[in-house]
Amino acid sequence: MTVGVDFSEWVCPLPLRDYPNVIMGHGGGGKLSAELIEHLFMPAFQNNLLETLGDSTIVTVPQQRLALSTDSFVVHPLFFPGGCIGDLAVYGTVNDLAMSGARPLYLTAGFILEEGLSLSALGSVVERMGAAAQAAGVQIVTGDTKVVEKGHGDGLYINTSGLGVIPDGVHIAPQNAQAGDVVIVSGTIGDHGMAIMSVREGLEFDTVIRSDTAPLNHLVAAMLAASNDIHVLRDPTRGGVASSLNEIARSSRKGILIDERKLPVNPAVASACEVLGMDPIYVANEGKLLAIVARQNAEAVLEAMRQHPLGQQAAIIGEVVEQHPGLLVARTGIGGTRIVDMQIGEQLPRIC
Amino acid sequence: MKYLDEFRDPDLAKRLFDEIHAITTRHWALMEVCGGQTHSIIRNGIDKLLPDKIELIHGPGCPVCVTPLEVIDKALAIAAHPNVIFCSFGDMLRVPGSGQDLFSIKSQGGDVRIVYSPLDAVKLARENPSKEVVFFGIGFETTAPANAMAVFQAKQQGLMNFSMLVSHVLVPPAIEAIMASPTNRVQAFLAAGHVCSVMGYWEYEPIAERYHVPIVVTGFEPLDVLEGIRRTVMQLEAGRAEVENAYPRAVQRQGNIPAQTILKQVFEVGERKWRGIGNIPNSGWHLRGEFRQFDAAAKFAVEDIQTQESPLCHSGEVLQGLIKPNQCPAFGKECTPRKPLGATMVSNEGACAAYYQYGRFVSLESITS
Repeated sequence: MTVGVDFSEWVCPLPLRDYPNVIMGHGGGGKLSAELIEHLFMPAFQNNLLETLGDSTIVTVPQQRLALSTDSFVVHPLFFPGGCIGDLAVYGTVNDLAMSGARPLYLTAGFILEEGLSLSALGSVVERMGAAAQAAGVQIVTGDTKVVEKGHGDGLYINTSGLGVIPDGVHIAPQNAQAGDVVIVSGTIGDHGMAIMSVREGLEFDTVIRSDTAPLNHLVAAMLAASNDIHVLRDPTRGGVASSLNEIARSSRKGILIDERKLPVNPAVASACEVLGMDPIYVANEGKLLAIVARQNAEAVLEAMRQHPLGQQAAIIGEVVEQHPGLLVARTGIGGTRIVDMQIGEQLPRIC
Repeated sequence: MKYLDEFRDPDLAKRLFDEIHAITTRHWALMEVCGGQTHSIIRNGIDKLLPDKIELIHGPGCPVCVTPLEVIDKALAIAAHPNVIFCSFGDMLRVPGSGQDLFSIKSQGGDVRIVYSPLDAVKLARENPSKEVVFFGIGFETTAPANAMAVFQAKQQGLMNFSMLVSHVLVPPAIEAIMASPTNRVQAFLAAGHVCSVMGYWEYEPIAERYHVPIVVTGFEPLDVLEGIRRTVMQLEAGRAEVENAYPRAVQRQGNIPAQTILKQVFEVGERKWRGIGNIPNSGWHLRGEFRQFDAAAKFAVEDIQTQESPLCHSGEVLQGLIKPNQCPAFGKECTPRKPLGATMVSNEGACAAYYQYGRFVSLESITS
């Protein structure tokens, strides 16, 4: 026995990929980077285009108008009831494409990893991204990874960009809202924002509030099959339904009048909002859409939405009007009216 | 939502509106004391559905609004200390001091955190013994018992790294100050339900009698507010001036005795400056001598900070009901929620912010007709 080495505790040096945490070398472009791609990203995102591993990926798209979108994801915590940053990174960009009526085809994914992030957390996020891409019917075809020193990031940031094609005859844009159109919401509002809030702030409610993160492109396809004359689509993410409808009112120079009583709100979300002095109309969603549709097509579109799992609670919540251009006005529960303005920054819990 | 939907019922609201219309024969000016009531009135559009003869004057009961500028400057000075974790309720973060706000301090590296209870700040102090944890203790009688409890627990646990910047204010002296003012227009008060749930309403009985002014303890849901208004108008029309409780599901005459006990143990009453109003005797709570070591203003030597208000800001007159927010020359121009000159434009509960957000420049009648 060699003197000086205690073999009872000795193990073989770990293969590089078995570091339990992200180290600076994972972003260095060497073997560690290659192993991260080979063992972590490729299995999760598997597709022929990604496997070429060239500096750029070459794709073929139909001869139609293209939609492009990009979004960055910095959510904290990385995992929350109902999803994780990976789901958001895929669905966020897919949904942005879908809101122009596009059929999303390809995504790119850029990762900024903080030194020390556990590889098992990264692995779970990437795995969820692969599953999310599959659920949305898109391919993640190229990507990038950088590592920043500990303390210079919040674990993991993801950027995704997406490419989609817009079917002929579909013309969806915020300025297309017309007086007389109806406003439809695809389901309960405020679920994502309150799910994040409850875990971030350590607030414990009797019921776990789950994020609604979901790909909306299939729902949009079903709606367009019912009527391709949809004027506006928006996914009310940050700033909630209030911000999206304000933006539509300003872009279209029309007024929007909604009935507060018709807004679907999950009871747990409504209660949490009451406790914190918040208004669900300003709270973020990640799997809901607002549609503005000519009145004569509204029933057909609504019916198509209700047939789809993500639109079962779809409801008409208001209408576009010539009056008060640029403003969102709500009829309140007791029959009064109020202007619903955009928030200045994020919504803050009230003191009492 | 159980216990809330019952108090938002549109049919019952309509009956109350009809009754208020039927009993009102002349102009009456009522003040809702609490910012939460102002918020509910504007948010539900109650003011638009009341008879024109009923004027609602928005009172000084928004803690964010009446906290003096110099207290905010003190908070900013403390929060900028490198070893401090500064804890506050959410809506104080955006209130501007004379230069910046707590959000800016945070962006410059200050450790500023939103907490939901002062006891969370005590917990932080326990978990971070090498840091100084400071809680921004503002508000009326409603938030005061929990703040008193936090100081009490910190003392019991020997947490010398915990302190509180106290700027607590009391409602009854403010009501007296309004009634004693030569420019007063208020003829009746909707007293703040949650303040009364702590303190009871016996304190208001001598005020009602001395100034011959009806005071009705009122809640916050639409039906609560309407019932408070209905009872107030009934008294005014009949020439009565009594204290009535229109919020019995939360308020008893004697209030919450255990809460009052802890308040008395930790705080003593003294003079307090109100933003926009000035000094009012016996209108605030200060830490008692035996809790002085938890006084953040003394600990961080910021007691001498003095600050001047913007001369453009008329929030004092708004708080006293002398002008409506949109009658201020700076309203919506130099002063907006994005760049507030006075705190009444900052908080959701502030009268100016409520006007800007929900009423703004547009006549709502023109919208709904």
